[in-house]
Amino acid sequence: MPNALGLERTDYKGSQSTLCPGCGHDSISNQIISVAYDLGLPMHRVIKLSGIGCSSKTPAYFMGRSHAFNAVHGRMPSIATGATTANRDLMTIAVSGDGDTGSIGLGQYKHLIRRNVPMVYIIENNGVYGLTKGQFSATSDEGQKLKYYGVNELPSLDLCLEAIIGGATFVARSFSGDSKQVQTLLKAALSHSGTAIIDIISPCVTFNNAPDANKSYPYGKEHEQPLHEYEFIPVGYVHPREEITADYSEGDTIQVEMHDGSFIRLKKLDNGHDPRNRRQAIDVLERAQQEQLFLTGLLYYEEPRPILNETLRLVDTPLAMLPDEKLRPSQDALESLMKSFM
Amino acid sequence: MVLELQPQAQSPQREQVINDFALMVATKNGSGSQTSNEVLIRSLFRMGIPVSGKNLFPSNIKGLPTWYTIRASRDGYVARSEVTEIAVTFNELTAAEDIQNLPPGGVCIIPADWKWGQSRTDIVYYEVPVKETVAAANVPQEFRDRIANMVYVGVCAHLFGISIDIVRQALLDTFNGKEKPAMMNFGVAERAALWAQENLTKRDPFLFEPMDKTAGKILITGNEAAALGSIFGGLTVAAWYPITPSTSVIDGVLDYKHLRTDPETGKETVAVVQAEDELAAIGMLIGAGWAGARAMTSTSGPGISLMAEFTGLAYFAEIPCVVWDIARMGPSTGLPTRTSQGDLLFLYVLSHGDTRQVVLLPSSVAECFEFGWRALDLADQLQTPVFVMSDLDLGMNIWLSEPFQYPDQPIQHGKTLDKISLEEFFAEHNEWARYRDYDGDGIPYRTVPGTDHPRAGYFTRGTGHTESATYSERREDWVRNMDRLRRKYDTARTLVPQPVINFDPSKKIGIVSYGSNDPAIIEARDRLAAAGIQTNYLRIRALPLNQEVYDFVTGHEKVYVIENNFDGQMAQILNMEISQSLTHMVSLSLGDTLPMTAQWIVDNIVSQENK
Ligand SMILES: Cc1ncc(C[n+]2csc(CCOP(=O)(O)OP(=O)(O)O)c2C)c(N)n1
Ligand code: SF4
Ligand SMILES: [Mg+2]
Repeated sequence: MPNALGLERTDYKGSQSTLCPGCGHDSISNQIISVAYDLGLPMHRVIKLSGIGCSSKTPAYFMGRSHAFNAVHGRMPSIATGATTANRDLMTIAVSGDGDTGSIGLGQYKHLIRRNVPMVYIIENNGVYGLTKGQFSATSDEGQKLKYYGVNELPSLDLCLEAIIGGATFVARSFSGDSKQVQTLLKAALSHSGTAIIDIISPCVTFNNAPDANKSYPYGKEHEQPLHEYEFIPVGYVHPREEITADYSEGDTIQVEMHDGSFIRLKKLDNGHDPRNRRQAIDVLERAQQEQLFLTGLLYYEEPRPILNETLRLVDTPLAMLPDEKLRPSQDALESLMKSFM
Repeated sequence: MVLELQPQAQSPQREQVINDFALMVATKNGSGSQTSNEVLIRSLFRMGIPVSGKNLFPSNIKGLPTWYTIRASRDGYVARSEVTEIAVTFNELTAAEDIQNLPPGGVCIIPADWKWGQSRTDIVYYEVPVKETVAAANVPQEFRDRIANMVYVGVCAHLFGISIDIVRQALLDTFNGKEKPAMMNFGVAERAALWAQENLTKRDPFLFEPMDKTAGKILITGNEAAALGSIFGGLTVAAWYPITPSTSVIDGVLDYKHLRTDPETGKETVAVVQAEDELAAIGMLIGAGWAGARAMTSTSGPGISLMAEFTGLAYFAEIPCVVWDIARMGPSTGLPTRTSQGDLLFLYVLSHGDTRQVVLLPSSVAECFEFGWRALDLADQLQTPVFVMSDLDLGMNIWLSEPFQYPDQPIQHGKTLDKISLEEFFAEHNEWARYRDYDGDGIPYRTVPGTDHPRAGYFTRGTGHTESATYSERREDWVRNMDRLRRKYDTARTLVPQPVINFDPSKKIGIVSYGSNDPAIIEARDRLAAAGIQTNYLRIRALPLNQEVYDFVTGHEKVYVIENNFDGQMAQILNMEISQSLTHMVSLSLGDTLPMTAQWIVDNIVSQENK
């Protein structure tokens, strides 16, 4: 069925994904396609931005007609800042990973939020470096065990908390398998006027917990199970697996089984959570972090403050579209200026 | 031809030296001497005397020594001079050495309050009561320290022949016409001049006399000129991170962006974003340039280092942006307030992998203005980062110049297809591939985001790509793309500012140089010619080099490559690029933290020629 622009859902697709079959990132691409199709997004006005990582590859797999920029590792936020400053009419959908945002790009992430660059910023959070084959990321759980890298003894970084503290006005978390929630949040984020952060837990099926003899967490204490453990996968070998999905109601806590038999616990925020209450948002996130629980839903929302274009008091016409006569002052202007230096 | 000697004006004791000497002011950083020195420069400028100023300042906000040298030259030479005949020694910590450095016959102006006595008998001392003069001028207490430097302005005005009226006007120029601060300063300068008139007897030969050599000219710093050039070049996005000596480029953009403010709405057409670091600054430029803005940043060596990775992306993904490098001395923090041309090689091949950059090399404030707009044009035309290497000397010092010329060509946007031209392109070619060479010049056609056409979008990436911008690891695709980039670089040779050549086939010696060495070379060539050494001169204005440079270098019996870095970096580039034997090429590289002088060039060439 064609959407408001007369386009079919397939028109919103990109090229064939080259990620591992069953990768959570692919589910997210599919949700983006659905949402863009539902909303009838004009693809020529959309820009897709990313850093480097498996997650950052995904803009190639949705909305093939849009301009895209796969930048350098962790520095997509500065590209977004420049592009949206150059053209205020663009709609920006950016995809990053937990390594891309939480480590090498943490500084740019926080400064982008501080400037309130108008965009949807999706973090495809698998708690691991996928593309470089399974190192710890800054969002890996404390106590998590890795075959080659040992135990992660460092506390994990909560990128939603960082966003709220940094001044973000739209902060949400979801799970890649929960298509309904992901789509709802994406639609809300697209209509937000400042930086909208969505951290989506997105299992890495290849460098996920390995069902090998080294299992060190006793079965049955699932809530203590970290999101991932790692196994060594020979180059080119990928387990063919099904996508993990989850469908549950507000207020519910569910356990989602990962491919290796481990679980993560998701708790959907209910009406008791007021996303306009900054203190409460920070509080529940910190508590959830202690309990190694992922809270999903809209965590924090605030009335939009001025976006960067407004802070810079830019003209309404996109800077990139200004006619030449607006770009070069007159010869008279130069001559009288020169007199002031005489 | 017989030259008749003109009778010289004689002073009673000895020959007068008119409009051909340098005066050095030694103070403490942050003591307000900047204003006093500017007033002296502007006074000479108003008297029509060719003048130049060089600020030698410490990396410090307050307290460390700073030296400001003002050179008057009736012949119009504006390079740093090796010798300063007059020293205003207002810094107790350096005064002993400053006095020691004076040539015999020199002049020392020193605070009488110090009661220092006169250690040298071969110079002239003038002791001036600084504290008393300031106190008598009724200056509010909080301004007294900063205004004390006006005392030497008044004393110099009297001793060396600057009328007090000129000082008043120069003060108004310095304070942009603001009467109150100008008059408060003037009160002190006038009182000091009066005191000098009543108490000092002139015992030195140095005099300023009015000339007519500055009429219609301007005084400006290179960094302000760069900012103005960018504003006239259609700059729309500037992102930066503060670093000496580049900061005043962006300050200039902030000061003059009102020239581009929309008169109806009061809204801006120039966005200035202070980034969190240089890495983010260039990322913003690349995002902006990709989206169709004309984007510029200014930085110095340490910032360039942080920009290296992103530069490779912009080079390979073919995105325009302009980076000004106001070079300073040394690796890392080095000497942040000293000048150097030491970033040349780094810029030339900046980034990893096979990269070659376009680097413009302005040598005057007029060229800073010109390259300001031209660099933005070139970046769009070539779809690549364009670097402009200036330096602390050119960027932060104040220079005499003809007024700047209005750009002689409309704004160049290069091969950017909008909705209509993209449709026409499809009609003509039946396709559009982002990275295909349709014209044989290596420069592809691009679209920008927001172009309302279903086939305008493409995927920009730093990874290997085909001509239609899809991901590719095939070596044929890789090599084809690199071949085209090389072709594009060869096209750049013809588009960048061409060298300025001063050539006479009868002369056997050539000088090659670039950038802010130019004033010293002009002066040195005159002096060499007077000593019987005739030289040709080629001034490189950009990398990549073109055929004329090769012809010049290979076409002389001897070529001196003169530059202000330690390793002779341009000489290395010439050696790298010219396959013929260059045993006749001599690298003369200074790199001693100070601007080049004619004396250094003359001494070096003379000693080489006498070998
Ligand atoms: C400057 C730089 N350093 C290192 C790398 C190597 N690298 C590529 S992707 C990556 C980690 C990606 O992790 P994440 O963002 O979590 O993405 P994922 O693959 O897990 O989706 C690293 C370290 C790089 N591309 N650039
Ligand atoms: S390695 Fe992990 S993150 Fe990367 S594509 Fe495979 S499953 Fe996805
Ligand atoms: Mg990851």
